[in-house]
Amino acid sequence: MKNHFSAEIIGVAELPPRRTTPGETTLEMIANVARLAMKDAGLIPRDIDGLVVGPQVGETPQHVPATVAEYLGLQPRYADIVDLGGATGAGMVWRAAAAIQSGMCETVLCVLANTRDPAVTPRSPNRNPIREFDVPYGGSGANQAYAMIAQQHMARFGTTPEQLACVPVKQRANAMLNKAAVFHGQPITTTDVLTSPIVMSPLRLLEVVMPCGGGAAVILTSARRAKDAPHPSVGLMGAGERVTHRALSQAPELTTSPIASAVADAYAMAGVGASDIDFLSIYDCYSIVVAMTVEDAGFCAKGEGGAWLEEHDFSIASRLPINPHGGQLATGQADLAGGMGHIVEAVHQLRGTAGERQIHSPKRALVTGNGATMSEEVALVLIGAEQ
Amino acid sequence: MTTPTTTTSIAKPGFVSTRLTTPYWRAAEAGKLLLQECLECGHLQHYPRNLCTKCWSQDLQWKEAAGDASIWSFTVVGIPGHPAWGDEIPYILALVELVEGPRLMTNIVGCAPESVHCGQRVQLRPHRGARDNQTLLQFTPFTRDN
Ligand SMILES: [Zn+2]
Repeated sequence: MKNHFSAEIIGVAELPPRRTTPGETTLEMIANVARLAMKDAGLIPRDIDGLVVGPQVGETPQHVPATVAEYLGLQPRYADIVDLGGATGAGMVWRAAAAIQSGMCETVLCVLANTRDPAVTPRSPNRNPIREFDVPYGGSGANQAYAMIAQQHMARFGTTPEQLACVPVKQRANAMLNKAAVFHGQPITTTDVLTSPIVMSPLRLLEVVMPCGGGAAVILTSARRAKDAPHPSVGLMGAGERVTHRALSQAPELTTSPIASAVADAYAMAGVGASDIDFLSIYDCYSIVVAMTVEDAGFCAKGEGGAWLEEHDFSIASRLPINPHGGQLATGQADLAGGMGHIVEAVHQLRGTAGERQIHSPKRALVTGNGATMSEEVALVLIGAEQ
Repeated sequence: MTTPTTTTSIAKPGFVSTRLTTPYWRAAEAGKLLLQECLECGHLQHYPRNLCTKCWSQDLQWKEAAGDASIWSFTVVGIPGHPAWGDEIPYILALVELVEGPRLMTNIVGCAPESVHCGQRVQLRPHRGARDNQTLLQFTPFTRDN
């Protein structure tokens, strides 16, 4: 087995998601999580010469990389923004690896954080086609779009509410081993999900991700420098990305997502198939996304995701554990950092630092990121050190 | 105890259009749904743009849609994404596929929410609401006499 990219992940960190983050700024949270990741990687600040940030740094609508670099006291040789919604974290990782491979820099900090104050709802400055052609019909927000995706999946394939409900139930069960999860210690049953309020038909409250504040960071470095890292490094065997649409009316299809193409590219680059994957750390803003991802990533046939998930063991004892940290449905979604959390979890598992929820010596992970409404998709195949 | 806010007091976000899309909304005022037809490759598209998404030709002309469509998917909105729609719940938000091919976001009106289903045949029913300040190109279930 060989990494496609000559760069490796040597440091990760996460700020546990919280419902609110009173008084904190995004830059402060970025600093907190970046510092933790740097220590995890065994580095000092001047070792970091690349910086990748997200587009939504609360205090900073423009000049985001420069503002973050200045705040952190960095003077990167490579600085960039990734704007792929929930796929931002995964998109950052392969871009950082490519920048290192090309010689632009040697060690890249990828960092995302998000404050949350429900009292402050910023108004959208959009004047884009969605604003003109969707909003006048009362069509805005993610819930309505994922609801229409779920509706068609159910209509076409007979996917049932019970099948989709098992996703949050099984992920909550996994989160019983994750003290950092917002819903740690709060298991739920299928009945709980099916009797929770309808948020947007057919989606119910407990199968919709909970918005939180939090942060996550990943540090990559060259294969040469990775040898000095305190933890076993994690390699990037393959990556794939596909961006198809913004407005749901422009989606090529509703029940097959561009995740399928992103995963196919990542598998091809890595020289692996679905059967070579030891565990999944897959994006889960809604139960339907998990069902479609296992279909699109080749773990079951198209349309059989609901039944497959109902039968499948998500736990760390499984042959193919899914979201051992509980996923965003159980840990909470810290905006863009929530997707980065799937990478942080995969890295912990692959290097054996997942603590109580450690899977028995996994070798390869599939990580997915999903942005907008199944339209900004990134897949990563990660590999543990001793391969 | 907090007093519930009345949603009627929340204004809908203002009407947005561009120089290019103005004819589309003018036609909507007259009850027509316009598509763009590419004179280079024949592709039909919605929403209006300044190039064909298939061949990037800018040789486009307006073409009136027949107004016949089927429901691609839908949801019944109980909690709207924007509070200004709060007094219209429950309303049906749908993606419809026109017989000509393009799809658009719209509302299904004139029927019970529980009667709506994917694949259902619908037809154009333009509507100018008191609070909308624009004619919306809504759809209603197909009947012979509509
Ligand atoms: Zn054309």
